[in-house]
Amino acid sequence: MASLVIRGGRVIDPSQGIDRIDDVLVRDGQVVAVGRSGTQPVGRVDETIDASGLIVTPGLIDMHVHLREPGREEDETIETGTRAALAGGFTSVACIPNTEPPIDSQAAVEFIHQKAARADTCNVFVVACASKNREGKELAEIGQLVEAGAVAFSDDGSPVADAELMRRIFEYCRMFDKPFLAHEEVLELTAGGVMHEGLVSMVLGLNGMPAAGEEVMIGRDIALAEVTGGRLHVMHVSTAGGVALIRAAKARGGRVTAEACPHHFTLTDESLRGFDANFKMSPPLRTAADVEAIIEGLIDGTIDCIATDHAPHALEKKMLELDRAPFGILGLETAVGLAVTRLVEPGRIGWPRLVEAMSTRPAEILGINRGSLRPGAVADITLIDPAMSWRVDAARFASKSVNSPFHGWTLQGRAVATIVGGRVKYRLAEPAAV
Amino acid sequence: MATASIDRDSVPAHWTHRHLLDLERLTPGEITLLLDTAARFKEATDGCRQKLAVLAGTTIVTLFFENSTRTRTSFSLAARRLGADVIDFSASSSSLSKGESFIDTARNLEAMGVSAVVVRHRTPGTPHLLAQHLSVGVINAGDGPHEHPTQGLLDIFSIRERVGDLAGVTVGLVGDIAHSRTARSNLWGLVKLGARVILCGPPTLVSERWRELGVEVSHDLDEILPRCDVLNLLRIQFERQNTRPFPSVREYAHLYAMNRDRLKRAKKDLLILAPGPINRGVEVTAEVADCPQSLILDQVTNGLAVRMGVLWLTCGPRAAALPGGSS
Repeated sequence: MASLVIRGGRVIDPSQGIDRIDDVLVRDGQVVAVGRSGTQPVGRVDETIDASGLIVTPGLIDMHVHLREPGREEDETIETGTRAALAGGFTSVACIPNTEPPIDSQAAVEFIHQKAARADTCNVFVVACASKNREGKELAEIGQLVEAGAVAFSDDGSPVADAELMRRIFEYCRMFDKPFLAHEEVLELTAGGVMHEGLVSMVLGLNGMPAAGEEVMIGRDIALAEVTGGRLHVMHVSTAGGVALIRAAKARGGRVTAEACPHHFTLTDESLRGFDANFKMSPPLRTAADVEAIIEGLIDGTIDCIATDHAPHALEKKMLELDRAPFGILGLETAVGLAVTRLVEPGRIGWPRLVEAMSTRPAEILGINRGSLRPGAVADITLIDPAMSWRVDAARFASKSVNSPFHGWTLQGRAVATIVGGRVKYRLAEPAAV
Repeated sequence: MATASIDRDSVPAHWTHRHLLDLERLTPGEITLLLDTAARFKEATDGCRQKLAVLAGTTIVTLFFENSTRTRTSFSLAARRLGADVIDFSASSSSLSKGESFIDTARNLEAMGVSAVVVRHRTPGTPHLLAQHLSVGVINAGDGPHEHPTQGLLDIFSIRERVGDLAGVTVGLVGDIAHSRTARSNLWGLVKLGARVILCGPPTLVSERWRELGVEVSHDLDEILPRCDVLNLLRIQFERQNTRPFPSVREYAHLYAMNRDRLKRAKKDLLILAPGPINRGVEVTAEVADCPQSLILDQVTNGLAVRMGVLWLTCGPRAAALPGGSS
């Protein structure tokens, strides 16, 4: 098989503490070494990529993606969603099981794997339902789902409302050392809500979703995880109070981890003043103080990683009244640009921390052999142009949907090549500089 | 303020909006213009009884996605008094029940050549979304708990008729502030014109956070009563509440209903408004609703004046020439 040299980029691999200008040598789909190509026995070089001026990282991993297939192929398919992932610089995604039917059986996991193999795009890791039919009533067949290849469990889209079942999930998942990915929401407190509950929702007369609706559930799940020794991963944390709860749990030595979404460190509830359903997602956009707390959580590691909660919805579904439009926002193709623009450029975090949050930590949390450029590692690699300024154009998305409030925004930083298993799966066609 | 000046081409140059979507985004000058225009129409129509043909040849559609009797009747009558044709379009009788989106419905009506759309909807912001998709004027006749600008204007108009300048006047808005579009439109209009606003009701219906907008928040009607020049008694919107915000109607009425006993402890010239439909015995007792200080029937008449003025400003020929982007 082919060999590839990625020459002269700034190689950042937090798993080995590497941050230097260097070459990356790849052969037969594996990383041979990070080192000067002249000094390594690569043999014949089939392809060379000039990475000067670019950042070279272990392939980015988005551990929270809704691919919608099976059941909602009008919004996204495994093929279009994984193409969007490649265009965003992601070599791996973890797909969330709130499909129709939900992914709660070995056959369903196998279906995803087959569809992903047929698409031949990026890696797709399957998150399976924690409860049967995602109903929150009884345990799914977690052991058999693990055998089928599920890497984590989640009823995302819904919380596990029943505290006793939640406890059982933590206990049972422990046997397989799999994390539970938690959508934290007290449904009684958010019923009918379309946005964050605060002064803006009051003025607009829109039903609110209070921060406490998320924080009460985070608190419950931290307590249950501590009591059972289970692994809690808090999805899309959006409030300052939630960050504080996770920080305190980590200080006690708990096994809790957490992710934040780009929209939650970028936008606030003020965005809803235009009544545009593209700003409607769950958890909702919060206040400026919450945005700051999310960024601080990312800086100090309270929040382990960045995940997009990529949630495609067909255009006609979002062109409805705010209370009828579904929750959700696209994420895959704008994540790098938002992270660079909002976090790296203003000096809030450095590049190594960003790579850790978008590759190293998601791989560790999911327990997958990715997120590293060690010799012998699968050659999943992302090349990012940190200086490229580009305009978001939803019409050019690889995703099947266009529900991004960032359409028309100018962002800095963009993936220019995405390499999966040593093969270049995506290259930015024309650097559409602004 | 001569009657002769009201015609199709005399819309004041400083009115620059195509739509009337809310009072929050209007300037004090624009709100005053709307009130002055209503006064001119009230005078020119002999107290809203006579016709004026200033909108002859135009067609106005009332597009109601939520039930209404008085607001719709008031808009229809106001439009007819100005010589316009009126089409009443209800969600229940339409293709909406067949799954058509509200934007498509409105575009179809626009394609039929209407001059303005008067829209009511249960969801906040729906008139604003329509305004983005239509080139004709959009008038918000109530969008969920968000705003009801013509109701706010007619309440303020009715107060202004009695007290003149609103600056320094203390107005208590009592009741279901959380779910009341009338409360929000009153709040913005009153604050912009310099009135002192007190929001009053139980904490489950009146958030402390309203203070951030520069108004007073109280949970004790008896305490604020002696300080109020005007009370606007808002209906309890049972249909919009997920959970009951108070234990019983009996208890609510005990704490917040305006009754004869409370009237005795108020200022002698206290004015009482209620946007209707009123629930006698809940927010106001029958004897207070019918007392001499009650402006409840004035509000109905003044609603016609306000709506004539708003229709004239938003769907006259000059409005049609305004750029589509302004709201």
